[in-house]
Amino acid sequence: MNRFNRDDGMKQSFGIKVALSLGLLLMSAMAWGNPEPWQLNMTEGVTQSAAEVHNLHMIILWICVVIGLIVFGAMAIAIVRFRKSKGAVAATWSHNTTAEIIWTVIPVLILLAVAWPATSTIFRMADTTESEMTVKITGYQWMWRYEIVNYKGQDGQLNFVSRLDRDSDQTRQRGSGKNPADVQVDGENVYLLNVDRPLVLPTDTKIRFVITADDVIHSWWVPVLGWKQDAIPGVINESWTLIQKPGVYRGQCAELCGKDHGFMPIVVEAVPPAEFEQWLAAEQLKLDDAARTAQNTASGTSPAKG
Amino acid sequence: MATTHADHHDDHHDHKPSGFFQRWVLSTNHKDIGTLYLVFALIMFLVGGAMALIIRAELFQPGLQLVDPEFFNQMTTMHALVMIFGAVMPAFVGLANWMVPLMIGAPDMALPRMNNWSFWIMPFAFGLLLLTLFVPGGGPAGGWTLYPPLSLQGGNNVAMTIFAIHMMGVSSIMGAINIIATILNMRAPGMDLLKMPIFVWAWLITAFLLIAVMPVLAGAVTMLLTDKFFLTSFFNAAGGGDPVMFQHIFWFFGHPEVYIMILPAFGVVSEIIPTFARKPLFGYQAMVYATASIAFLSFIVWAHHMFTVGMPMGGELFFMYATMLIAVPTGVKVFNWVSTIWKGSMTFETPMLFALGFVVLFTIGGFSGLMLAIVPADFQYHDTYFVVAHFHYVLVTGAVFSIMAAAYFWLPKWTGHMYNETLGKWHFWLSAISVNVLFFPQHFLGLAGMPRRIPDYNVAFADFNMISTIGGFAFGFSQLLFVYIVWQTARGGQKATAGVWEGAKGLEWTVPSPAPHHTFSTPPVIDDAMLAHGNTVH
Repeated sequence: MNRFNRDDGMKQSFGIKVALSLGLLLMSAMAWGNPEPWQLNMTEGVTQSAAEVHNLHMIILWICVVIGLIVFGAMAIAIVRFRKSKGAVAATWSHNTTAEIIWTVIPVLILLAVAWPATSTIFRMADTTESEMTVKITGYQWMWRYEIVNYKGQDGQLNFVSRLDRDSDQTRQRGSGKNPADVQVDGENVYLLNVDRPLVLPTDTKIRFVITADDVIHSWWVPVLGWKQDAIPGVINESWTLIQKPGVYRGQCAELCGKDHGFMPIVVEAVPPAEFEQWLAAEQLKLDDAARTAQNTASGTSPAKG
Repeated sequence: MATTHADHHDDHHDHKPSGFFQRWVLSTNHKDIGTLYLVFALIMFLVGGAMALIIRAELFQPGLQLVDPEFFNQMTTMHALVMIFGAVMPAFVGLANWMVPLMIGAPDMALPRMNNWSFWIMPFAFGLLLLTLFVPGGGPAGGWTLYPPLSLQGGNNVAMTIFAIHMMGVSSIMGAINIIATILNMRAPGMDLLKMPIFVWAWLITAFLLIAVMPVLAGAVTMLLTDKFFLTSFFNAAGGGDPVMFQHIFWFFGHPEVYIMILPAFGVVSEIIPTFARKPLFGYQAMVYATASIAFLSFIVWAHHMFTVGMPMGGELFFMYATMLIAVPTGVKVFNWVSTIWKGSMTFETPMLFALGFVVLFTIGGFSGLMLAIVPADFQYHDTYFVVAHFHYVLVTGAVFSIMAAAYFWLPKWTGHMYNETLGKWHFWLSAISVNVLFFPQHFLGLAGMPRRIPDYNVAFADFNMISTIGGFAFGFSQLLFVYIVWQTARGGQKATAGVWEGAKGLEWTVPSPAPHHTFSTPPVIDDAMLAHGNTVH
């Protein structure tokens, strides 16, 4: 227990820890499903699209950081060195055409270098062909409707509304006395990010979305999927996703749509395809049951005609 | 004998109209109208700032504590309308009114009576707009961008807001016409276009942008009005219209609008930095061409505000490339400012502090703008706090800081008194630090997934929201110091000389401080050495 060695070693490893954590925080994004406290960076997501988007984001961010360091560094040096109080005498030159050309051309080249991968990602994200499933999303004031239109060639027959969950809704009322920190599911805080009926989707399946709205413009956004798309009344927008990891993914409406714009979240439950098919079958059985019950009730009470 | 004659001469030129009504309400004097615009803008800045503090107070913690969501939406909408149309734009027009005639050696604006009307429309326009907060249904709550169908769900506020916007538009258009007519026709002999102060160039170009796009906004809001009251269906799909068309028309105005709010700022900073670096502006001609390029490009990038609307791929690509391109002339300007201070001989009075702060912080806003240009990345940034952070950096640490820099720079010329330099520096440092505490964390909030325009949020967003609110209140209260400084300087202080600043060059610095009520009644004889850009070699 040599005190000298211990101090030295602890100082070193502490410094390394600080550097590593800062580096990790700043450089990597977490593949978290949902926002984390103190989160600094964009999610890497759970789809190829989200990963590409995150990549582009990091590229342009680093380019800006480097240019910023150069420009602000030059300014800092100038501010320290070229002060009248230090006796600096101002030069008289005031133009340099070569410099103007250089710092016009180099930025253009940098931008071309970024535009290339950005363009190919746009191409990929626009390609909704060869999907195995279609889901229709409709935005309402202030909830979402989901319809499984088609799954692997079969009509979906599933149509339901997804609203802010009751716990969040009660908590958010002004003067409710309830604490947002208490709205939890499995130890995870889901205040304003939970719904009564989530959208269950299969992983490893190319899913096409058709998106519209019934009243005003909304926008459907689940950050880990890597995109958002506006839901516009009278317009049908298309999108697609292919979820690579099962999990519960949360999002929010992303276009001001009235008083409860902040209170119409989205929850996607991604499960393996087998589990999804079971869920779909179970939901359809429930629907058939409900329809049969309604029919029986109707024929029981109305007088037989003819 | 000569002295008495000169005194009499000055007295004659300093003769102001007698009576408050005659002098202020019926003013045809560019200096007084400039003052009216600036005072109006300062009041509107405080009004808009109060709205911002209501927003930040509600967002201090998760949960709804202070206001209902409907009122919160009114605050976000009105905060933006007041700041854009009531604070930033009128402030720049006030600076133009005061300084353009002085800088070009003209006795006044080309159309002094129209100038009067341009100003006096504004208090009425804002009276109408602010009145909406007190009528049944409250103020507009669909965002300052007024997207239909949501904006048409408003009640009384729809018509009132639209009429207010029309009034503001008329004011801006008339003002812009005045500026162009003045600059093109009333320059003193020898003041060639490429010898003009760069602030004048910035305003000449801005005025063309205003004339081009304010009518487009007028058209867009008129279509909203007819959709609501006269059974048209411009933006109603059920009637054969298209909500997205509004967005195209609005942003065709909206994008040049943000350049209208920043080009004069570039002009201000390009006047201040050379003065306090005691070195000519680097690349004057390049700066002029860069400004013109930015203005031209600003017309072909509008849909970058709409990348998630469902545009065809070709559209997304075009607007991405065009938007990225705007970074180039903007970067040129930043490099030129840095080259101006390089090998200069700098002092750091308050105007210089704000101008240098502008260069650093506006550039940060420019970086987030470049990130937003990348379409797939924008799918994650759009309608989040990342966008809010971006535009507040370019508008607050950009436009507003430049306005404050201009105020400190020219207050001695306007009032004849030096402002209190210690207080000015306090104002700068308090503002510069608090504004970053306020807006920098908003980048993180956006990247973490917090949408815009929401009054309440998940606890994961709580920490940065709390920090942002603290910064907001600190920034807000720091501006009261500015109000005090301006008021104190108007009332008294150390007498200012004509030249005021050691490195100042230009016609405006050849007239006494305070500038007499009438200046350059006879055109000045211009010696190139008097001008900042008299040397045509550069």
